[in-house]
Amino acid sequence: MEYLDFELPIKELEEQYQKACNIGSESNVDVTATCKQIEKKLIETKKDIYKNLTAWQRVQLSRHPNRPYTLDYFNALCGDTFLELHGDRNVKDDKAMIGGLGKIGDQSFMLIGQQKGYNTKTRQYRNFGMANPEGYRKALRLMKSAEKFGVPVVCFVDTPGAYPGLEAEERGQGEAIARNIMEMTRLKVPIIVVIIGEGASGGALGIGVGDKVMMLENTWYSVISPESCSSILWRSWEYKEIAADALKLTAKDMKKQKLIDEIIKEPLGGAHSNRKETFSTVKDAILSSYDEFKNLSPSDLVNKRMDKYSAMGVFKA
Amino acid sequence: MAWFKRTQKGIQTPTEQKKDVPKGLWYKSPTGKIIDAEQLENNFYVSPEDGYHVRIGSVEYFKILFDDNKFKELDKNISSKDPLNFEDTKKYTDRLKAAQEKTGLTDAVRTAVGKSKGKDLVIACMDFKFIGGSMGSVVGEKIARAADYSLKHNIPLVIISKSGGARMMEAALSLMQLAKTSAKLAQLADAKIPYISLCTDPTTGGTTASFAMLGDINISEPGALIGFAGPRVVKDTTGQDLPKDFQTAEFLKEHGFLDFITPRSELKDKINLYLDLILNQPVR
Repeated sequence: MEYLDFELPIKELEEQYQKACNIGSESNVDVTATCKQIEKKLIETKKDIYKNLTAWQRVQLSRHPNRPYTLDYFNALCGDTFLELHGDRNVKDDKAMIGGLGKIGDQSFMLIGQQKGYNTKTRQYRNFGMANPEGYRKALRLMKSAEKFGVPVVCFVDTPGAYPGLEAEERGQGEAIARNIMEMTRLKVPIIVVIIGEGASGGALGIGVGDKVMMLENTWYSVISPESCSSILWRSWEYKEIAADALKLTAKDMKKQKLIDEIIKEPLGGAHSNRKETFSTVKDAILSSYDEFKNLSPSDLVNKRMDKYSAMGVFKA
Repeated sequence: MAWFKRTQKGIQTPTEQKKDVPKGLWYKSPTGKIIDAEQLENNFYVSPEDGYHVRIGSVEYFKILFDDNKFKELDKNISSKDPLNFEDTKKYTDRLKAAQEKTGLTDAVRTAVGKSKGKDLVIACMDFKFIGGSMGSVVGEKIARAADYSLKHNIPLVIISKSGGARMMEAALSLMQLAKTSAKLAQLADAKIPYISLCTDPTTGGTTASFAMLGDINISEPGALIGFAGPRVVKDTTGQDLPKDFQTAEFLKEHGFLDFITPRSELKDKINLYLDLILNQPVR
C-alpha cells in the first residue's frame, strides 16, 4: 500500500497495529486491549482526515496508485461476461481507451473507459490513460453499435487529458472529441457516465456526455488540471493547491454547480481502501440510474439530455 | 550606373523638423512589409505585398460578409457573471471589466443575422481580443441561441472561430459549453440546415473540440493556426521536433480536416456558392 503525505498518520497507526499484533502472536503477552485501542484510534484518525479533505488532497487521491482503474471495474461488475472489443476500424487499437460488452446483473451494457497502467511498463502501454483520436473513434464506434441494438452505454472516465501528440494532431484530436460530444448528445440509448479518477477537460468530455453523470467522492473534473492552470494563470507550478480550490473541481462543487447529477460515496479511506465495497456501490448506482431511463422513448431520452446540457452556463441576460 | 547618388552623408533633417507618422496609419506585416492602413482595409485586411491575413474581429467580418454592412445583432446584452468568484493574479471580474473597456465588446462572440448576397445568413463571430477569444458561458449561450435562431427561421449558420480555447476562469462551466453548443449543432444537423465552420487564426483548444470541427464544411484562411493542443504543449510533451507547417490551415487540409482554404477576398462568394450548391438553388 502506498500512502499520500496527508495519510501518514494512518500509516503510522497501521504500523503500530501490525507491530502489536506481531508481539501478540510471537509471545504470550495479551495485546487485545492495545490492539483494540489502536484500531479505534485508527478509525477516528481516518474519519478526521477524510472528513476535511482539501480540493488538492482529493486530486491526489484521484491519482492514488492503488485506486481501481476502468478494467478493474469491468471485471468486477461483469465477471466472465466481459468481452473486450478492439479497434477504431481506421488506424489502430488505442490501448488508453478500452471498451466492450458485458452483463451487469441481467442487463447487457456497452462499457467504455480510459485505462491507466499500474506499473511503469503498463503505464507506458496505456499511454498514462491519454487517448489518441483513434481511441475516441473506437469509443464512438462502440456507442453506435450499442445504439443499433438498443444496448445502454456506461462510460468510465479516468484521464489526465487527451494525448497532446504530433500524430494526435495530424489525425484530428479536436475533431474526434468534437464528433463524440455531438453524437453523444443525440445517441438514442441511455448513457451513464462515472468519473472514477481524473476528469480532465475535453479528453474526459469526449466520452463524458450522458443522461446521468456521476462522480466518485474523491475524484476531480474540470476544464484543466490544477497544475496546468497554475502554470498558465500564475506562470508557476507552485500554485496548484490554490488553483485546485479556484477551479471548484471536486464532486461536491460540481454537483452544486449542477454540472453533474450525483456523487457516489467512497469507503472510509478512499476507493482503494476497500475495493469490494467500491465496486458494489458503483454497480448499484449504475443499475438504479439505468432503471430511471430504460422506459423512456428514444426521443424523450435525447430531448431530456439536450435540455440538461442547454441549461448549463451562468450569465447575465 | 546608380540611379541616385547621395551627395551628403548621414541624416540631415534636424530632430525637431522630423514629421511623426500618426499611429495606425501603417501596418507592418510579419515579413516586414509596410502597408498603408487604408489600403489594407480596402484589401480585406490582407497585405497586398505578401498575402498575409491580418487578424480581424467581428466588426470586420460582418462588414465583409453582410451586404452593405447591414445586420441585426442578436442577444447583444448577454454578459459574463463570475459564478466561481475566480481569482488568480487578478480577479475575473476585473479582467472582464478591463477587457470590456479595452475592446468595447461585451464578450468574446457577437452574433447577427443579415443578408449576404441577398439571402439571410446567421453569423456568430468570435473576437480574439476579448480575453483571447476564450469560450465561457456567454460564448456558449450566444452560439446556442444563434443556432436556435437558424433553426427557427431556417437560415444557414456560419460560425467564425477565433479562440485560444475554453475560459479557465469559468472552469467546468466553460467545459460544458462544448456539449451545449454541440447539442445545438446536432439539432441543426437533424433539421438539415447547413452549418459552415470558418476556422480563423487562431482556432485552438475547446473550440476545435466542439463547433469549429463540426461544420458541414470546415474552411479556413491561408496560414491560420488550428489545433487541439498548442504547439508548445505538443513539443514539451513529446520532445519531438515539429514540422514547419505544423497546425497551419494547409497542414489541416492536407490531413483531411478542412474542405478548403480561401483567401479572405473570396470568402463571401465561396460561402454563398457552397450554400447554393448544397441547397440546390440557382447560383448567385
